[in-house]
Amino acid sequence: MKVTRRQFVKGGIAAFTVTYAAPEFLSDVAFAQSGHVRNLVVLNMSGGNDSLSMLAPYNDPFYYSRRPTIAIPAGQILQVGTDSSKVALGLHPRLTGLKSIFDQGKLALIQRTGYPNQSRSHFLGTDIWSTADPNNSTEFGWVGRYLDSLPSPVDPLVGWNTTSSLPHVIQGKTAVPAIASPSGYAFSSPNTGAEASAERSTAVRIASHVPVDRPELAFVYGTSQDALATLDRVATVATYTGTATYAANNGFAQALKAVAGAMVRGIGTKVFYVTTGGFDTHSSQNVNATGGAYYNLMGTLNDGLLAFYTDLKNQGLLDDTLILSFSEFGRRISENGSNGTDHGAASVMLAMGGKVNGGLYGTAPNLNLDPKNPTLENSAGDVTFETDFRSVYAQVIDNWLGTDSTKLLNGNFRKSGIGFI
Amino acid sequence: MAKAPDPQIEHLLRRAGFGARPDELASYGNMSTAQAADALVNYDSVPDTVDSFIGKPGYVNTTLHGAAFAPQSAIVDSRQRWLFRMVHSDRPLQEKMTLFWHNHFATGYNKIAGALSTTEGARYLAAKASEDPGQVRGQMEMLRDNALGNFKDILLAIAKDTAMLVWLDGRTNTKAQPQENFGREIMELFTVGVGNYTEPDVTAAARVFTGWNLQRPGSATDGSQHYEFNYVANSHETTAKTFSFAVYPDGGKTIPARAASGGMQDGLDFINGLAAHPNTARYLATKLYRFFVTEFGAVNATFVNRVASVYLQNGGNMKAVMREVLSSPEFWDQSAYFTRYAWPAEFVIRALKDIGWTGFSVDSALTTMANMGQILFEPPDVSGWDLGQSWFSTSAMLARMNFGSTLAGNQKFNLATAVKAAGAGTTPEAMLAYFTNELATAPLASGVSTEFSTYLHTNGAWTGSDAQLQAKASGLVHLMAGCPEYQLV
Repeated sequence: MKVTRRQFVKGGIAAFTVTYAAPEFLSDVAFAQSGHVRNLVVLNMSGGNDSLSMLAPYNDPFYYSRRPTIAIPAGQILQVGTDSSKVALGLHPRLTGLKSIFDQGKLALIQRTGYPNQSRSHFLGTDIWSTADPNNSTEFGWVGRYLDSLPSPVDPLVGWNTTSSLPHVIQGKTAVPAIASPSGYAFSSPNTGAEASAERSTAVRIASHVPVDRPELAFVYGTSQDALATLDRVATVATYTGTATYAANNGFAQALKAVAGAMVRGIGTKVFYVTTGGFDTHSSQNVNATGGAYYNLMGTLNDGLLAFYTDLKNQGLLDDTLILSFSEFGRRISENGSNGTDHGAASVMLAMGGKVNGGLYGTAPNLNLDPKNPTLENSAGDVTFETDFRSVYAQVIDNWLGTDSTKLLNGNFRKSGIGFI
Repeated sequence: MAKAPDPQIEHLLRRAGFGARPDELASYGNMSTAQAADALVNYDSVPDTVDSFIGKPGYVNTTLHGAAFAPQSAIVDSRQRWLFRMVHSDRPLQEKMTLFWHNHFATGYNKIAGALSTTEGARYLAAKASEDPGQVRGQMEMLRDNALGNFKDILLAIAKDTAMLVWLDGRTNTKAQPQENFGREIMELFTVGVGNYTEPDVTAAARVFTGWNLQRPGSATDGSQHYEFNYVANSHETTAKTFSFAVYPDGGKTIPARAASGGMQDGLDFINGLAAHPNTARYLATKLYRFFVTEFGAVNATFVNRVASVYLQNGGNMKAVMREVLSSPEFWDQSAYFTRYAWPAEFVIRALKDIGWTGFSVDSALTTMANMGQILFEPPDVSGWDLGQSWFSTSAMLARMNFGSTLAGNQKFNLATAVKAAGAGTTPEAMLAYFTNELATAPLASGVSTEFSTYLHTNGAWTGSDAQLQAKASGLVHLMAGCPEYQLV
């Protein structure tokens, strides 16, 4: 189960006595310093992505024999060449936008990422990918730890979470505001005019009385303070329309529109969190039919990322941006009786951005059922990892965020051969 | 509306209910704490008539979305009905436990609706048997009926529940291809908890429930056609299943091989074994501690041990368990007051009870509750909502402040009238004292009360005019409901 947020919170609370009273002028500093800020967008494909349906080894006969109903016919695959082990690979047919980004050399696909004895639990798995520590699923998230490592005082908009929850990966001492919809992020009042202004200024003053000797209550104060301190800058993002089409019915695309808007408006945010869910495809995975479950998941992913990529390219911000995906686990190789797939192990990570060295990294699994097959585990049931996911994080931390990964990850996970950034 | 503050009774009703209406404060206020706790636990003796008051004057409103109010087939109405019950039920602990179980067996509408249809989604979650042509009892009604029943019965009913069989794919679990979703979660989330089972246990549990599928009896023309549990012997895997833990009272870990015709007994044995497992007792006791006693500090091991043994001694009888919880010294310790982060449902309902509901529709709370992170019948996943501090993102905090604004604005006239009637409109100090009593909070941080007072003194001299009372009463209530201390229960 989710090694509960409570346990995490308990650990967090001890450390939680930082000063909340971020000075008013910080916002202006952030504005002035913005213009070009390197951004990291963390993408959570939640539910456990069936990466064999996203990036398929379409010449492997076992891919078809083990997935009689959900394998993608070879003729429909969007071919992306062969990896270093000479396995021919191709993207899901709905990923035409990602294919074009791949062809422009701006999309990296890092195969067989995971860790030893990978958890098949959604909650523990997500916690582990978030903390970047399989042995400690309750500490702060690795992105949260990065934000905590920045010189203080830290601007309250240094991070932007596009969901209304508090994802573990961005949890740290530094509070990250949750702004699911910039236009809904406002302070209302039962009154108008001077009376309404008085309420708002009173709310701001109340939030300044942080009871530091009562950490559990102080946490709520910190949230209030951050909410009130970020309202005005977020309002500037609400009006952003973008230079590409972000489908109105695609929540993931809408979240990315807000991210692009925050970048274009130059409000100083360094880290964004976006998510697209529904990957827990135990039944009726329906990979191939238009409108099928996995087909739609790929559509949401493709359309959101393509719009975002195009918009940033038009705005001249592509080189400042890196998107990195994760998912709590991959899925079982053989389909189950419900035309779906159960929880598995290693999976594929995506990295996209102007400075990304696109291409295929790592090697594909061989899907042969032989129990001695070294690319598989669990009696050849699941894909076994080749690249520790922390090695991927280390690339991003060292080469993009410019911080020492050995400190942030509590160990040296640097690995050659995966130089995607 | 003036309340005689009784901190103990208010604490009890915040935890074992959703706060206190004035009439609840009056009636429970006449009891000792032990009597009040008993009355809450023995809710069977209170008539369950709350639904009959929907749409009646004097109660919180509901809003019509279709031709008729249809909580058995339209999820927006299912949500409205539940919020209505939370406000007006005279069995508050029943509604509170139903919410507890909803989070425990967290089942989401969208997947059911996507698999079957929107009306079917609402039906299998929220229909009462008495209002369904096929006598379908939705999952929430089952949980409500068993809110203080035996955990083993609840577990069995959940395993056979139509919504659950769709939600965790049990309907497709067959011997040809066992489906692990339910087999995993019944151990990880519903009973023993993570770390107390192995991966081979997951595959064994999936095999146990092979054949626990659905059938669809009834007539398509009169609306009685419906999905219901069906044990399909041909789909059951008959070999023995061995677990890493004891399934039987004698310590036996192996469910024996059985003929397919009698194979349903596998699941019954397994459910009995899980329900009687000491780790299940501890897992539930820990959750109850966090839900009823406190979310602050470490879990109290003494409490967990005691409540877990009450659970085991009483064969999983939740009424006995809750009687123990609500009479425990940990529950009644004053240091436990206001040490839980209110769930959005708790925050919204308590605000309605404290501030007023006349002329307000619970429908207006649905969107704002979504912004606070809680959509009833739509938990984020099978592990339920992320609780505690996780409720408090900045946008969720704004949504809470803004709900305070919406409700205070809606009740502007009523608030001013009540202030006047209580003789509290004469000075800013009188008004502040009045609302400080109406909206009980955790002790305010130093300086906050002064900010309230400063607000009342802003924008001109105090005249006590109706216009001023309406503006200031609503403004103050907005600020109080939105302040951090009010977010604790």
